[in-house]
Amino acid sequence: MPTLFEKVWNAHAVRTLPSGQTQLFVGLHLVHEVTSPQAFDMIRQHGWGVPYPQRTFATVDHIVPTSSQKRPFLDVIAEEMTTALERNCQQYGIQLFAPGDDLAGNQGIVHVIGPEMGLTQPGMTIACGDSHTSTHGALGAIAFGIGTSQVRDVLASQSLAMDPLKVRRIDVNGTLKPGVYAKDVILTIIRRLGVNGGVGYAYEYGGTTIDNMSIDERMTVCNMSVEGGARAGYVNPDEKTFAYLKGRQYAPQGDAWDRAVAWWTSLASDADATYDDHVVIDAATIEPTVTWGINPAQSVGVSEAIATKDEEALTYMGFADGQKVAGTRIDVAFIGSCTNGRLSDLAEAAKFVQGRHVASHVKALVVPGSQEISRKAEAMGLDKIFTAAGFEWRGAGCSMCLAMNPDKLVGNQISASSSNRNFKGRQGSPTGRTLLMSPVMVAAAAIAGEVTDVREMLEEVHA
Amino acid sequence: MASITAISGRALPLRGNELDTDRIMPARFLKAVTFDGLEHHVFEDDRKGNPNHPFNNATYNGSAILVVNENFGCGSSREHAPQGLLRWGIKAIVGESFSEIFRGNSAVLGMPCFTADKASIEALQALLEKAPDTVVDARVDTGVITAGSLKVQGNLPAGVRDAFVTDKWNPTSMLLADYDTVHATASTLPYVAGF
Ligand code: SF4
Repeated sequence: MPTLFEKVWNAHAVRTLPSGQTQLFVGLHLVHEVTSPQAFDMIRQHGWGVPYPQRTFATVDHIVPTSSQKRPFLDVIAEEMTTALERNCQQYGIQLFAPGDDLAGNQGIVHVIGPEMGLTQPGMTIACGDSHTSTHGALGAIAFGIGTSQVRDVLASQSLAMDPLKVRRIDVNGTLKPGVYAKDVILTIIRRLGVNGGVGYAYEYGGTTIDNMSIDERMTVCNMSVEGGARAGYVNPDEKTFAYLKGRQYAPQGDAWDRAVAWWTSLASDADATYDDHVVIDAATIEPTVTWGINPAQSVGVSEAIATKDEEALTYMGFADGQKVAGTRIDVAFIGSCTNGRLSDLAEAAKFVQGRHVASHVKALVVPGSQEISRKAEAMGLDKIFTAAGFEWRGAGCSMCLAMNPDKLVGNQISASSSNRNFKGRQGSPTGRTLLMSPVMVAAAAIAGEVTDVREMLEEVHA
Repeated sequence: MASITAISGRALPLRGNELDTDRIMPARFLKAVTFDGLEHHVFEDDRKGNPNHPFNNATYNGSAILVVNENFGCGSSREHAPQGLLRWGIKAIVGESFSEIFRGNSAVLGMPCFTADKASIEALQALLEKAPDTVVDARVDTGVITAGSLKVQGNLPAGVRDAFVTDKWNPTSMLLADYDTVHATASTLPYVAGF
């Protein structure tokens, strides 16, 4: 009766450490330029090697400019960080998916490229110095974020000292209404359970709504598990998972594929698995959801009014208790990030944008999650649809999700954003304000110039 | 590394729930290849926006213990946040609750994060606001936190507590000891061998 979490944990448990923690083998280690340089320095200083270099992959995503990836970057620190990663990867024999002006490679947001290349597979333990590593759980992996000292540990030992997590099963059942997306599902879950409701837990998502989701949509849900305090989130592997992985560059091929599918299937939680907690959510109750505050649980359905006594959040955001978020004039619209920067997100938003135009006062950006997504989107003509509508079409990276590159809010601008964090200052201006929502809701806000109920505009299309 | 059984010193009360790592260390200070100098940027934007921020109050300079509320350190996994606090001089944190990644990062750096109930935290913060010179003593082994006549029961995860007391809190050498068991585990995983 074990859960997937227990099966994967037990398969990767090396031994019990003197500290009482478990030494856990890490099947896939992903590395980016921001949280790794100090870790490489530490292993160099101690003279440790990297015993499993073929199990670590690296990319540059947080600091890349999205207007051009031409080297050297104009920002000398961004260039230095990129060069440091190149040097580190070369020294230890680690594969790096590097930025490049031709955008012809596999560079992209670390949580986008892992699944895209089939590096992420069911039953793996996956670690990365980045909290949104939970994304990879969408394929049935146990994936979690770690700090830089732990990046050092994984490089040096391909393992981590960890305490096991409890498992909360979250069932979402029923059909999502038109205009309601995976993003709304996870924002609703976080609102319901709170930003620290998941501390100590891994979230296992299931139920008919999740079963019916594409892998891209499951990634959106798992991505934000950490916003609810859960270090990991996952969906049991199923036929959709296998169909998604089949034929990808690093996925098993030939006979190995069949053996892999058999192993993956055996890892899914047993039907009679026991959970530490169980929550059920009715999909029909979920509305297009928008955050109004300074943490991702501070959200409302777009037709609802804010009801809070949190003066700090209201003051920072410039909202009043009882006010609706709908109708809020926006300055910037951002479609991208590891939450919602995948091809299906862009395609869905483009469908909505086609034949419309961004409001004249809005700066609107579309930033694909990877170079591969850029190429595919361009082959589908999505770039043309976006640019014709007044969006800027950019190169792959994290961009305005956290603004470590030139894409930043200015002053107290308000941004409608498909990313995952609305923390104070998150989008690059200490007084900047972020409203999280689905990519289609961001597109609707860009066009209307204000936060708007996408369902009303969907009716226009269909009428 | 030496064992740590207690942390003593003056303490800084910092009120507020969900103080995320973007607030503790804004992303622009992550643009570097070392952790050097992060102590200068702890809560930088919050401090600029609020002259009364406790980190702006010279009375609390030199504090070794930070007293916080709920879900401290949520958000990004950036170790730059605990690194900044540590380099500023903080050696232990006492709070109602912590994000898991932050608490783990801090433990690895030798900075224990104690939890205590809401009423105890309130009493501690109120005392430190009234009497900032109070010396606080946090026992890693028993979890008891003493501040003047106030005694509070703090908690650490047992593994972390034992690791501190027995000086095993730096895990890399522990992970590298008995390394054949790692290879042995790897060899049982179907994907490691390519199925
Ligand atoms: S897109 Fe945003 S959340 Fe995702 S990895 Fe990049 S910075 Fe982090």
